[in-house]
Amino acid sequence: MTSNHPKPDAATLLEIYKRATLIKQNDERIIKMMKAGKLVMPYYSPRGQEIIPSAISVSLDDDDYICTIYRGIHDMLAKGFPLGEMWAELAGKVSGTCKGKGGPMHLTCPSKGMMVTTGIVGSSMPIATGLGWAAKLDGKGRVSVANFGDGAANIGAFHESLNLAALWKLPVIFVCQNNQYAEHTRFADSTLVDKLSTRAAGYGMPGVTVDGNDPDAMFGAAKIAIDRARAGEGPTLIEAVTFRFNGHLLGEAGHYMDKELYAACQAKDPMPKLRARLIAEGIASEADLAATEAGIDAEIEKAVDAAMAAPFPDIVELKRDVFAEEIA
Amino acid sequence: MSEVKQLNVVQAINQALHDAMAADPKVLVLGEEVGDKQEGGVMGVTKGLSTAFGERVRSTPISEQAIIGAAIGASLGGYRPVAEIMLMNFIAVPMDMITNHAAKLRFMSGGQTNVPIVIRTMTGVGFSTGGQHSDYLEAWFAHTAGIKVVAPSNPDDAYGLMRAAIEDDDPVLFIENLPTYWTPGPVSFQKVKLGQAKVALEGTDATVVAHSRMVVEALAAAKTLATEGISLEVVDLRTISPWDRATVLASAAKTGRAVVVHEAVKQFGIGAEIAAVIGEELWGKLKAPVQRLGGAFAPVPFSRPLEAAFAPTAADIAAAVRKAVTA
Repeated sequence: MTSNHPKPDAATLLEIYKRATLIKQNDERIIKMMKAGKLVMPYYSPRGQEIIPSAISVSLDDDDYICTIYRGIHDMLAKGFPLGEMWAELAGKVSGTCKGKGGPMHLTCPSKGMMVTTGIVGSSMPIATGLGWAAKLDGKGRVSVANFGDGAANIGAFHESLNLAALWKLPVIFVCQNNQYAEHTRFADSTLVDKLSTRAAGYGMPGVTVDGNDPDAMFGAAKIAIDRARAGEGPTLIEAVTFRFNGHLLGEAGHYMDKELYAACQAKDPMPKLRARLIAEGIASEADLAATEAGIDAEIEKAVDAAMAAPFPDIVELKRDVFAEEIA
Repeated sequence: MSEVKQLNVVQAINQALHDAMAADPKVLVLGEEVGDKQEGGVMGVTKGLSTAFGERVRSTPISEQAIIGAAIGASLGGYRPVAEIMLMNFIAVPMDMITNHAAKLRFMSGGQTNVPIVIRTMTGVGFSTGGQHSDYLEAWFAHTAGIKVVAPSNPDDAYGLMRAAIEDDDPVLFIENLPTYWTPGPVSFQKVKLGQAKVALEGTDATVVAHSRMVVEALAAAKTLATEGISLEVVDLRTISPWDRATVLASAAKTGRAVVVHEAVKQFGIGAEIAAVIGEELWGKLKAPVQRLGGAFAPVPFSRPLEAAFAPTAADIAAAVRKAVTA
């Protein structure tokens, strides 16, 4: 890190905490609902990775594009995905953003720039590259963020996308959220290099590895990449090192998990750490934060209640949105 | 343009792309070697576009996933990209982008997003291009909800369908045929609505349903059959998915006999679907069983006599029609 590395000011740091807290508490509520049998869906919990999108999204506007993957609710919430429509979508209700036809793996909200959530590892990158092309043609300084995991860095689409984005100097930020496991496979069992960011050199673009759980480092790396993209200087690869606390798919046995690593990462949970820091630095009081957290919980509760009460989509929806015109 | 000109398919598509790009600044073209620096496409279909439209036309690296991904992304950002996949067999490389994303994003987003892209591709037996450069794979896409499939048989439809495909709000796979690329014909420069078949030849004794080069073979078969007193009706599907059931069923009901023909492998080909629907809808009204003709259940072979035996010919079609008529 250089000395001129941008740092979040107090207000930004508090905002990062708020977004990350929404992600954490929303995740906890989802798990509670699933365990109670009130929500049935495949769930890839982002718990542990909250800081990454929170520290990126404070430098993004609604106009900026993001694409993410099945473990992507944190990316969506950080960028302002409407909570009510999200919960309705998770419940498969007609009032969901996708009318219940997408579900947790296909959350979409174009008005907030959230263009694609994909269930296919690696597929966020080619599409985010195309959104970057559109942004460049528009010439309005908009950027496109591709979120993906460490597993996706070994898929061919990674190579093709980074090469094309660099060649065309597109305003794309490739954010590899390295949570140290690709499904059930340890990072070192699939990848020989220590840092995925070193691959950026092969495409002629800057690459940086940061502690994704450190709001200062994450904010700084994202800010530099976003500013660079907005200025027309092309793409950046950011490897944000993190850890997922709830394994690959919620409910899995997790026998593959390295117990020592798991314990060590849990001990470094970024959420209580940031909370303590805000209080220690006088950015917020214990009472302020408690009020913020209670407010978020109330907001989530409202979304949950509305989602549970909402109707399911009509069966005719099977014929709609396949094509522009309804299927006969 | 209102006058009729003689153009071949390459020229007709090239003109359609020029006209579409001139008419709508959101239309883009991308693909391997599509720029004039690389000679405007391997067959020259995109010649002149990069010179005329600059940055809106981009030659790409050999990266089919990124080509289709870039097209999808640009379309989500408000553009109408026409992406070229040089040969149809290469489409196996970006299948995830096409079937999991382009075809499904509208539905999975509940209609919030749509993917108005055209994927141009070219194929066909006849030039000894062997097992990985010749296949018709339209059934893969006709089996996928959310993507339209178009395959013109002549320059007029090539122009008209391309203009309509670019204006369509859904992804369209546009299949061009190599051996008929240079066959000239009249072009009227009118858009051809997707989903509408055309009765290419009116007849009374039997119906052949075909698309792409097989229409040319069917028309040749009709000439032979006419000398035998058999009147053949030829329906050119033009759009494979969604296909024009009404036109096909009306023709089959009229003649009472139907033969469905495609160059793609017969087994599980689109002919099976069309034949089944004709059977379901016209049971009791048909004078003969519906027949299907299609490619052999084998990779396309290299050796000339083997390649010639792979796909149906005018003689095969004529024989099938004779069988139907004498049934």
